[in-house]
Parts: sequence; C-alpha cells; structure tokens
Amino acid sequence: MKTRIEQVFKQDKDLLNIFITAGYPQINSLPNIAKELINQGVDVLEIGMPYSDPLADGEVIQEASSIALNNGITINKIFGQVVEIRRMSDSIPLILMGYFNQLLQVGVEEFLKKSKKSGVDGLIIPDLPVEVYLSGYKELFEQYGIKISFLITPQTSEERIKMLDKTCTSFLYIVSDNSLTGTSSDGFNKEQLAYFKRIKALELSSPTMIGFGISSKNMVVEANKYADGAIIGSAYIEAIRTNEGVKFIEMLTS
Amino acid sequence: MKPTIDGFYGNFGGAFVPEMLHKNVEELKNNYLRILSADAYKTELADLLKNYVGRPTPLYKAVNLSKKYNTNVYLKREDLNHTGAHKINNALGQILLAKKMGKTSIIAETGAGQHGVATATACALFGLPCKVFMGELDIERQAPNVARMKMLGAEVIPALSGSRTLKDATNEAIRYWIANPDTYYLIGSVVGPHPYPDLVARLQAVISKEIKGQLSAENNIENPDYVIACVGGGSNAAGAFYHFIDNEDVKLVAVEAAGEGVHSGKSAATFQLGSLGVIHGNQTLVMQTSEGQIIEPFSISAGLDYPGIGPMLAELLSSKRCIGLDATDKEALEAAKLLTEQEGIIPALESAHAIAALEKIEFKPTDVVVINLSGRGDKDMATYMKYVKNEN
Ligand SMILES: Cc1ncc(COP(=O)(O)O)c(C=O)c1O
Repeated sequence: MKTRIEQVFKQDKDLLNIFITAGYPQINSLPNIAKELINQGVDVLEIGMPYSDPLADGEVIQEASSIALNNGITINKIFGQVVEIRRMSDSIPLILMGYFNQLLQVGVEEFLKKSKKSGVDGLIIPDLPVEVYLSGYKELFEQYGIKISFLITPQTSEERIKMLDKTCTSFLYIVSDNSLTGTSSDGFNKEQLAYFKRIKALELSSPTMIGFGISSKNMVVEANKYADGAIIGSAYIEAIRTNEGVKFIEMLTS
Repeated sequence: MKPTIDGFYGNFGGAFVPEMLHKNVEELKNNYLRILSADAYKTELADLLKNYVGRPTPLYKAVNLSKKYNTNVYLKREDLNHTGAHKINNALGQILLAKKMGKTSIIAETGAGQHGVATATACALFGLPCKVFMGELDIERQAPNVARMKMLGAEVIPALSGSRTLKDATNEAIRYWIANPDTYYLIGSVVGPHPYPDLVARLQAVISKEIKGQLSAENNIENPDYVIACVGGGSNAAGAFYHFIDNEDVKLVAVEAAGEGVHSGKSAATFQLGSLGVIHGNQTLVMQTSEGQIIEPFSISAGLDYPGIGPMLAELLSSKRCIGLDATDKEALEAAKLLTEQEGIIPALESAHAIAALEKIEFKPTDVVVINLSGRGDKDMATYMKYVKNEN
C-alpha cells in the first residue's frame, strides 16, 4: 500500500503545500483553516509547532509562533487538532514542522508514537542534522512509519544532496535561497532558477518541493517546473492575519 | 579537555544546525585546529596578546580580602586587558582565524557588550566590517559599551524578540548568518555548535596557562586549591579551568547568576534549573518548559543572563568535576562593593558573582584561592550608582 505522501506525488499535477502555524491566530484556529485549505484543493498541509526560539524562521512566522504560544498552544493540543483534521480527509499528507528540542522534551519515541496515532505522515525538523538522524533516530522513525524531509540549500554540495536524497523518506525541501522564510520577492532570480535547474538535473529519487519566499501564483507555477511542488508559509500567514486566507488560496489556484 | 570528533563532552555538545549552516560549520570544523596550531598563527596571536592586549595579566594577591576571609585570595586580572575583559583573547584569536579562512565580514552577538566591544576592536584593527547583535534591554543597561562599539565603527543591531537579551541577540546573529553564509560568525563564549565551544575554550585557555606559570614562578606554588569563575556561557570559566581540569587536587568553582533567587522565577541559574535540551546549536543544560520552550532568564548582569551553558561546563558540572554555586543580584552587588572598598578594584557585574563565592565557601588559612576577575566595572557604573543611592 502506498503512503499518503507517495500517493500525492504520484499525481501528474502542480502541487501546493501550505504551511500554517498551529494556535494562530486563535488557539483553536487550525482545524477550521485546514478545512478551508482542504476544500480549496491544497495538496499537502504543513503544520508548524510554535517554538520560543525558531532559528530557521523569518519574522512573520516568529511573530505567529509567539502569538500562538501566548494563546496557550501546546504539543498535545496540536496532536488533538491533527486528529480533527485527519477526520476531514483521509488522504491529505499532514506534515509537522518544529524544532528538535520539542521532540527531545516529549521524548523522540513518544513524539513519533503520538504523531502516528494522530494521523501525522511526516516531520520537518530543520535543526536535526541528517547525521544525527542516521546515527540516533532512523530506526525509530521507521518503526513508527513517520517519514522525514531534509532541507537542501544553494550551498549544499552535490555529494551531500545525493546522501540527503537517499536518506529522505518524504519529500526534499528545496530552500529557494538563503534568506529565511518570509523574505519574498515578485519572482525567482536567475541564480535561483539556475540552482533549481541544477537540482532537477540530478534526477533525485525523492520528490522535491521548493519553499521559502514564495508568494504569488507565478512563483508557484515556476517552482512546479523544476520541482514536484511549491511550499508557501509566510505569505499565507500574512493573508490569514488580514483575514484573506481564502482569497489568497483562490488567487493561487485559479 | 577535548570534545569527541562530533563535538561532544559526555552527553553535551554536538552541532544541531539547520542545513543552511552545514557548510559553514563544516568549513570551520575542518580548518580550525590546523590554523590554530600553525606557527605563523601562533606567533601573530602571541604578539597581539602581549603588545596589544597587555598580556600576561597580573595575578594579584588581594591582601585585604585575604585577611578578611583568612585565606590566600589571588585575582587573575582579566579586567586589565585592553577593552576591559577576557573577551578580547577570543576575539583576536578568532579574527586571525577568520582572516586565514578568507572571510571579509564579521558578525557577533553580545550580552554585556564586552564581546561586542572586543569584536569591534579586532575588526577596527584588521579593517573588517562588523555587525553586533545585542538585545534591546542590554543596549539600555550597558550603554557605555554600545557607544564604544559605535565609535569603533561597528553597527549595533538591536534584538527585539523574547526577553531582548543575550539569547535573543544570539538568535538574531544565527539568523543573519543563515541569510549571509559568507560572513564569519565570531561567537563570544563556549557555546554554539561544534567546533565553537572547543575553539573558544582553546583561545581562553591562556588564562589558566598564565595562572599556573605565575603561581609557580612568582609565588612558588605548584597548584591552587580553588579556581573560581562566573559563568554566563562559560568562556572565562573554561579559560581559567582549562589547564587544571586533569588535576583533581584543584577544586573548580563555577558561579551562576541567581537573579532574584534561584527559585524566584527570575533567575539565570541554568545548572540548577536546566535540563538536557538543545539551544543555539548544541545539546546542553537549558532552562525550559516540559514542552521544550526556552524560559526567559533573568539577571542584573547582562553577561550572565543566558538560559543555557556551554557544553564543556555542563559536563564538568554534571560529572561533579566542577562545583556549581550561585549568587543573587544582591549578593553580586554587595561583592562588587566589597571588592571596591577593600582592594580599590571595581569589577564587572559578571565578575562580581565570582567574588561573591568568597562568602559561600569555608576556606582554610593555607588555601590558595584564585578568582578570575573577568572584567572591569566601567560599563556597570549606572547600575552601581543606582544601588548605592538606594542603599543610602
Ligand atoms: C566581564 C564578563 N565576565 C563574564 C562574562 C560571561 O561570559 P562567559 O561565561 O562566557 O565568560 C561576560 C559576558 O559578557 C563578561 O563581559
């Protein structure tokens, strides 16, 4: 049987992955937001677990995380909300994104167990290096059937990309440039396109999604030319902030 | 004390960095030992430390304190270094390293502003552009150092998130580094991802090397009974302990900041309140909630106001090789007053925490007690004046 992640990437269409911060703007917003996104045909949901010190996030997501934490969001509440979302759709891949310390405190095994039980498909943990994953946690992830993504950046060497590709059990997250999430422009520049081409030419075995700084339909279409999908985070959070989440996704998918 | 090849001291250390920093950290890891041990590097650094910084710093026998506590108190005068603290030992060592690695711009985080001043100084000397990240609260409470950094040509960038202190400045520095991977991150303490803790410890080890030499040459003493240092990230402690770690006869004492009291909810007492976690790229003791959210620390001293502790110190404390003590804001202020009145030395608020340990240990008259006086108090005059006024 194919996993949800495999099913999604099997389709021959442009894919859209939307990132939402759990607990934002209100503590219980996530299930409703997810419902809209599912109805609007979004292909993958990435759920951010708010962290006090999100090193790999830009200002928009930092701010959303801080509001969510003030709202009182907790890991257990997030798992509860994931269960609700899973009831709405049995097919959409649900990916949790967070920081390694959050897993460490819950206990990595316990965290994976809870993830599986709630219907989570995969994790993105930016500060869990692939080496630490391989030496300490790969078996546990496999045991609980939780998939893992790794990031690829413009600095990542070809040799390392191949190693990440081999180790990845979900999609590879192609970081569009070095600037942190949230820095968006109107389109990709020449260097970015050259970098995407370089990755595409490697014909990696894992699916790929391009993210960081994507904010327009144009960029989504462009990203899908070089990868299997696009990821939008900060731009969507901004849209939610002004109550324009639905309109924003309509704009992207029209 | 050396970490494993992956940067672990026991259970502490490592490099938990996002992929965006992998190449930078790898590059540093693959080059630092080679560069640090090259003759040309060693000669250049030794010359700078002697003729620019003013090393060796004196090991001063504090006669009045010795009398008061009926023991033998020696102060390692890191406060007499150029720029006023131990931080310059590290800043110069790393800037030479950055130069050798072909880096052309420098960033740093700072709490008390001493590391920021040291880095800005090194950058002025070597003609490199310098950005220093500093919490907004620290910019207020360490104003003299902010002015110095600016005069030295550094750009001081306020960190506005969290408690607006050292932790947040470090977050911002790391974020800037992610977005600008060509820059060199000149970290100010024995924290961060491997190899930084080892790199900074090696550059600060000059402190204990000199203590050893001075005790034996000037005082005919083989080894001290105690070496005492305050701990923020742990660099002055690591430096003061370094060459004594393998000698179990020497008691090592690390003093952390208890703020308004270890259990007051307003403290930075990481080794009493912390548990195993990951912060700023290394696994160490961290003040955190059961869900791994970092707890905002509190201390009157900007340099000790940090919710983590360097992995080497975490291991020394956990293995009981090092004794952990704490001093409250009030105890530190009293210790600063005492040192000023007795010896005519105004210490940095950070260093005052180490002096406060004199009240907490029962010394023998024959004991040789070395306290690392990590910095001078010029930057803290506003705080001291407020304290003196409130007292009268
Ligand atoms: C004078 C002085 N002492 C101590 C510290 C604490 O740092 P560390 O624990 O790395 O020595 C600082 C940091 O700003 C400082 O300025």
